[in-house]
Amino acid sequence: MNHLLIAPIVLPALVAPFIIMTLRYHIDLQRIFSLASNVLLIAIALALAVQAADGTVQVYELGDWQAPFGIVLVLDRLSAMMVLLTTLLALAVNLYAVGSNWDARGANFHALFQFQLMGIIGAFLTGDAFNLFVFFEVLLIASYGLMIHGGGTRRFQAGVQYVVYNLIGSSLFLLALGTIYSVTGTLNMADLAVKVATLPVEDSALIRVGAVMLLLVFAIKAALLPLHFWLPASYANAPAPVAALFAIMTKVGAYAILRMYTLVFGPDVAVAEGLVGDWLLPAALLTVAIGAIGVLGSREIGKLVSFGAITSVGTLLTAISMFTPEAAAAALYYAVHSTFAAAALFLIADMVRARQGGEIAAQPVMAQSGLISALFFAAAIATAGMPPLSGFLGKLLILDAARDQDLSVWIWAVILGSSLVTIMGFARAGTLLFWKSHGLAHADTMKEPEIELESVDQADAPQGPRAPALPFVAVFALLAGLVSLTVFAGPMTRYTAATAEALFAPSAYIETVLANVDRPVTDEAETQGGEHDAPADAAEGTAPESKESH
Amino acid sequence: MEFLVASAVGLLTAAGIYMILRKRTFPVILGTSLLSYAVNVFLFASGRLVVDAPPILNKYAEVPYTDPLPQALVLTAIVISFGMTAVVVMIALGAYLSARDDRIDMTEQAEQVGEDA
Repeated sequence: MNHLLIAPIVLPALVAPFIIMTLRYHIDLQRIFSLASNVLLIAIALALAVQAADGTVQVYELGDWQAPFGIVLVLDRLSAMMVLLTTLLALAVNLYAVGSNWDARGANFHALFQFQLMGIIGAFLTGDAFNLFVFFEVLLIASYGLMIHGGGTRRFQAGVQYVVYNLIGSSLFLLALGTIYSVTGTLNMADLAVKVATLPVEDSALIRVGAVMLLLVFAIKAALLPLHFWLPASYANAPAPVAALFAIMTKVGAYAILRMYTLVFGPDVAVAEGLVGDWLLPAALLTVAIGAIGVLGSREIGKLVSFGAITSVGTLLTAISMFTPEAAAAALYYAVHSTFAAAALFLIADMVRARQGGEIAAQPVMAQSGLISALFFAAAIATAGMPPLSGFLGKLLILDAARDQDLSVWIWAVILGSSLVTIMGFARAGTLLFWKSHGLAHADTMKEPEIELESVDQADAPQGPRAPALPFVAVFALLAGLVSLTVFAGPMTRYTAATAEALFAPSAYIETVLANVDRPVTDEAETQGGEHDAPADAAEGTAPESKESH
Repeated sequence: MEFLVASAVGLLTAAGIYMILRKRTFPVILGTSLLSYAVNVFLFASGRLVVDAPPILNKYAEVPYTDPLPQALVLTAIVISFGMTAVVVMIALGAYLSARDDRIDMTEQAEQVGEDA
């Protein structure tokens, strides 16, 4: 067994308590350990990505318990890619938090940050549905702490909404898992795939209910249209680095949809017929539309960026909901792009806020107006999907994949139309924030004069805890990610295409996870069906075997 | 017994949802707790209701047993929902103390949020 698989979960799980317990009052040491852990995570994620690049699926059995009984971690191309994306994003966000001093505005930022990473990476790696729930809770409870980091009335109020919304989501998750378990008698994803595929269609009411409830849970996480209400308030009021890190959280929901509804309730599984694609696609298109309208209507830059995030997640889910390998490949490319783009926008929005408050209105010129406006311009282009950055390529791939869909006209119309509206929204905001201001009196209204670049000696800029260059480094790193995603679009799309192919042919995944089980598939399938004592049967049939193997 | 458990889950869920739709944070938190109780009982029942049976397989004789996995799931769920409730109480308390108001919705007038609005 390859122990590297669990390293990206164990490392933050060790660093976080270490930071809490021994470095509580040493913000500099906290920063060093947090950043070091982050760099190490990137190294581990890179190693995992290299191992997974040839398409092999690796399984890590926790406690050496065999697959359907113990919890497994599974590394395939998709999870390796998402883990690498998470760690890269986290490093940029962490740099920004350190550079802008956000991490010192409340206690335990770095510990919570590490726990958050642990939850996200775990959710990407796990191969067990209940373990997915547990990692969701880990990332959520860390995100509650991060969400209210720094305090403030508005942030607390938004935090309460965010927590309550997610508590309801967690309850729904458990209900869905309970329903699925009561029908199949297993929660291992590969085992679920085997069992669900053999369920009789005429007796599938319960499993269908379970599947839809599960979809609702992931839709809450991904902020799909009727369930998106938590996002604007939460993201706009969360501390900027946290909001930028949350850019990956909606992708966790999208990832879970992609994973569960290709592996377990796949397009060719009889009992899941017509459950997902038929209404996920319209909902995703409406999400795109509402996000674009929100971008146009926002009066506050945090809200603007939040609605931009909703648009991009809607576009992502549009691609996923087509459930074809081409569309999934496009979705994965777009997921990487939109994560970097949304995070960059959140960070830039915070730079604007720190200098002149958040309102989108003509205001006196802010410090480093030129640089920030250029960054805003680049990130806005990327988010709206204009050439030359990767947003354009991502949307092009999605539109191309939509060619032979029934609703292709709608998909084209909504995505292109929303791109136009988004461009208008960002153009309006940029014009008001950066151009109109030049007509006004040149007053220094900076909230934090220390951030002013000119007044700081260049020599001590990199080491100083309030080094003003670091936030810019973080944003430039994210934009560099976008540029390299554009430049290396060829290899990247080949990778995502291979990933998508594997997703829609999950037999390799299932066989690797259940390699040690000589499963009497056909016999068990008969009894599994509608029998009310299905779990008992499953346990009876196979549990003694697993005991002997130990 | 099935009827009793099923109606208890239904009642708890209904009460929980009603409470969640209230406007003040305290009833909402009670609602989420009720909902999590309902979920716990439901999870427990997902392994089928068996009375007076150990959650242990017997290799040597055909004796009744109950599915141990839901019990493990419920334990995890209880711990998590308990922790989550504690967190939401603390955050709601913070919101109440700093806003002097325990409405769950946010008022429009404070739309422009700065650093420390």
